[in-house]
Amino acid sequence: MNTAVSAADSGAERAQRQRAVVAALAEVLPRAAILFRHEDTAAFECDALTAYRTSPMVVVLPETEAQVAAILKICHKMAVPVVARGAGTGLSGGATPHAAGVVLSLAKFNKMRIDPRSCTAIVQCGVRNLAISETAAPYGLYYAPDPSSQIACTIGGNVAENSGGVHCLKYGLTLHNVLQVRGFLVDGEAVEFGSQALDAPGLDLLSIIIGSEGMLAVTTEVTVKLIPKPLSARCIMASFQDIESAGAAVASVIAHGIIPAGLEMMDKAMTAAVDAFVHADYDLEAAAILLCESDGTPEEVEEEIGRMETVLNAAGASRIEVSRDEAQRLKFWSGRKNAFPASGGISPDYMCMDSTIPRKRLAEMLRAIQQMEGKYNLRCVNVFHAGDGNLHPLILFDAEDAAEMRRCELFGADILETSVRLGGTVTGEHGVGVEKLNSMCVQFSAAERAQFMGVKRAFDPLELLNPGKVIPTLHRCAEYGKMHVHRGALPFPELPRF
Amino acid sequence: MNAPDPALARLIEQVAGAHEQRTQFDICGGGTKRFYGEKPVGVPLDVTSLSGITCYEPTELVVTARAGTPLVDLEAALQEHGQCLPFEPPRFGPAGTVGGMVAAGLSGPARASVGSVRDHVLGVTLLNGCGELLTFGGQVTKNVAGYDVSRLVVGSLGVLGVICDVSLKVLPTSVATATLSFEWDEGRALEALSGWAAQPLSINASAWHRGRLRVRLAGARAAVAAACARLGGERLETSAADAWWLSVRDQSAEFFSIGAENLARGEALWRLSVPAVTAALTLSGEQFIEWGGAQRWWRTTAQPAAVRDAAARAGGHATLIKGADRSLGVFAPLSAVLMRTHQALKQAFDPRRIFNPGRLYPGL
Repeated sequence: MNTAVSAADSGAERAQRQRAVVAALAEVLPRAAILFRHEDTAAFECDALTAYRTSPMVVVLPETEAQVAAILKICHKMAVPVVARGAGTGLSGGATPHAAGVVLSLAKFNKMRIDPRSCTAIVQCGVRNLAISETAAPYGLYYAPDPSSQIACTIGGNVAENSGGVHCLKYGLTLHNVLQVRGFLVDGEAVEFGSQALDAPGLDLLSIIIGSEGMLAVTTEVTVKLIPKPLSARCIMASFQDIESAGAAVASVIAHGIIPAGLEMMDKAMTAAVDAFVHADYDLEAAAILLCESDGTPEEVEEEIGRMETVLNAAGASRIEVSRDEAQRLKFWSGRKNAFPASGGISPDYMCMDSTIPRKRLAEMLRAIQQMEGKYNLRCVNVFHAGDGNLHPLILFDAEDAAEMRRCELFGADILETSVRLGGTVTGEHGVGVEKLNSMCVQFSAAERAQFMGVKRAFDPLELLNPGKVIPTLHRCAEYGKMHVHRGALPFPELPRF
Repeated sequence: MNAPDPALARLIEQVAGAHEQRTQFDICGGGTKRFYGEKPVGVPLDVTSLSGITCYEPTELVVTARAGTPLVDLEAALQEHGQCLPFEPPRFGPAGTVGGMVAAGLSGPARASVGSVRDHVLGVTLLNGCGELLTFGGQVTKNVAGYDVSRLVVGSLGVLGVICDVSLKVLPTSVATATLSFEWDEGRALEALSGWAAQPLSINASAWHRGRLRVRLAGARAAVAAACARLGGERLETSAADAWWLSVRDQSAEFFSIGAENLARGEALWRLSVPAVTAALTLSGEQFIEWGGAQRWWRTTAQPAAVRDAAARAGGHATLIKGADRSLGVFAPLSAVLMRTHQALKQAFDPRRIFNPGRLYPGL
């Protein structure tokens, strides 16, 4: 544990430390760009994982790269932890502040330049994901990764999390759509990863920066690839009377050599919640529905939609509807894209899980989740990026009820561990952050976690950039392991014993 | 973790022994890419005994193979199910291995449209310099648990550890392909390629050489037919076109081999990786352009500094593939800050520098 943390232990010491840090930062930033009173910093206490909150010591809002460099130099010199933050839409607590640290808000870095000739955009880190595609639209181009939060989330955050979206089966993740990241190392030194060409000399550091959750460097500018907007897109909504056949249909589409632009699954509970929220015209009788999209030239889409229909029918679809026009296609998607807020409408709180499993295990996983609903006495609604096996079970609970919250956490951990057992991973696109630290103990050995820490220290020897995220300590994993061994003995009388 | 199999156990033993004896290893697969990178040094560490496809589920679009598996075997297995490695890794001979493909990180003609080796690696098991067997990534396409070490390993030329097995994303082979040919000079070809890049045209590969641009289309039948009609040009006969693209992919085309006589007079083969829209480069010698303009091979007698300078001015970098004075370095020099990061990462994975010392950069 570094000195900054222990120094913050007592209130008086914290106040003294805060004054010193604010004074140092005031040398390089206008006063209005430094927030430290509780009422000013409250808005930064959490990201979209609202169950975890920490009051940061200081929040800074720089506007220039020179200011970012200067802030990092000061924090490095004073051993102050730094947590970079974009729009705060992350779902795993990757931007949860450090109590003795500085939140580096990069929201003011909002400029971009589209280069239609090279099909690239040079984008400052605070630019919203959707704004890139909107700005590129007049050139017939767009930025492919489209996380559900794309209206608000920033490209800097996308780089930190290696964000995906509903179209990444065909178009890839952030990693596949970024050429270069410019930014700063923890000591304030400027650095570039990747290049304006398709590769760069030496180790592929861009790969390790993307998805590093702000722990290796601070991103200030990103060069993204833009791709031609498909001339046309159509979406099939296919209903299934049982979950098994829906899962098998997903595998069958892929087995027939089709890579849909999007392939999503929702269970009955989810479609009901969503349809009440946005009226997406879903088949509410079906046990599960699939959304299966084709895009490309009109000829290509016609051909592919035909093949998809054949496969889905053969897989036992009880009803198939192909979007007639763009309005209906968007309507189909509106339900999917509103799955999270719709869940907020049917429950005081929900916890969104994000594991990935091999596609062929989808039905098995859904059955396991159904059993867990009984075991933990909580409801769960399910949306999946079925095409790439990425699950988003939403566990419904009431955070006001401590016992329910605890059961929810155990439910979530159970889903993640089951995913690992089925050959998958604890996080497909939301990141580890603070939320899935325990689950990292399940997925990775002590040596693997130590190697992650080795990578961290190669970039940040003092562990000042977003410390405490992603890599659980040995101690934490030991405790978590113990809890498992003795799970039956834990003080949760409401839990069934097994 | 399961008990390692005998081949792996032997490998771990050798690496463990290296600590005490201060041995340095030259990790060897099929030996087809010895020419690539800085000079290999050290005691050969043969990984070809780690062989075989361990898991292949066509409906998952994922294959896992041990590092010593011959690449041709892997591709044959995929072909049986109508699937492929879409990035077309070059095979410099039948002995090339899956591990070598990942360690070298080289991709073929389709790279600009489908992505690189790196883009298709989902997971690796790595034996690090401390003799620890570590697994990163996995067998699923969406996976952000921990740092993406499996992709850091791609193109690392073995300096971080021994790649033991690899999971790759595979894709269905395209339903339809067509190759069009245009008699165009370099300027016109580059201009056309840059214009096409912004349109949805199913272009899968392109190559310009000696006044002729070849463009390969791939995708749905209707899309390929529509693009053929749009682009014009002369449509080449399929089997001849396929054979030609193979010769580019495997660099067996005449352009890529420099005879002893030409080597003696100072000719070298360079690979320049530049933004695709870079205007025609003016070096002496002969050029072969791929990837929509983003990869430009040069056979030239120009000074290494001049070649590197041309690439750097365009925002790219140059790699010396064959010939010339290698003492000036094979790969473009890194900035001081990136070299420090490379050294720190080397220290983190292989603190005693037992694996492929100096193969990527001298001193690393």
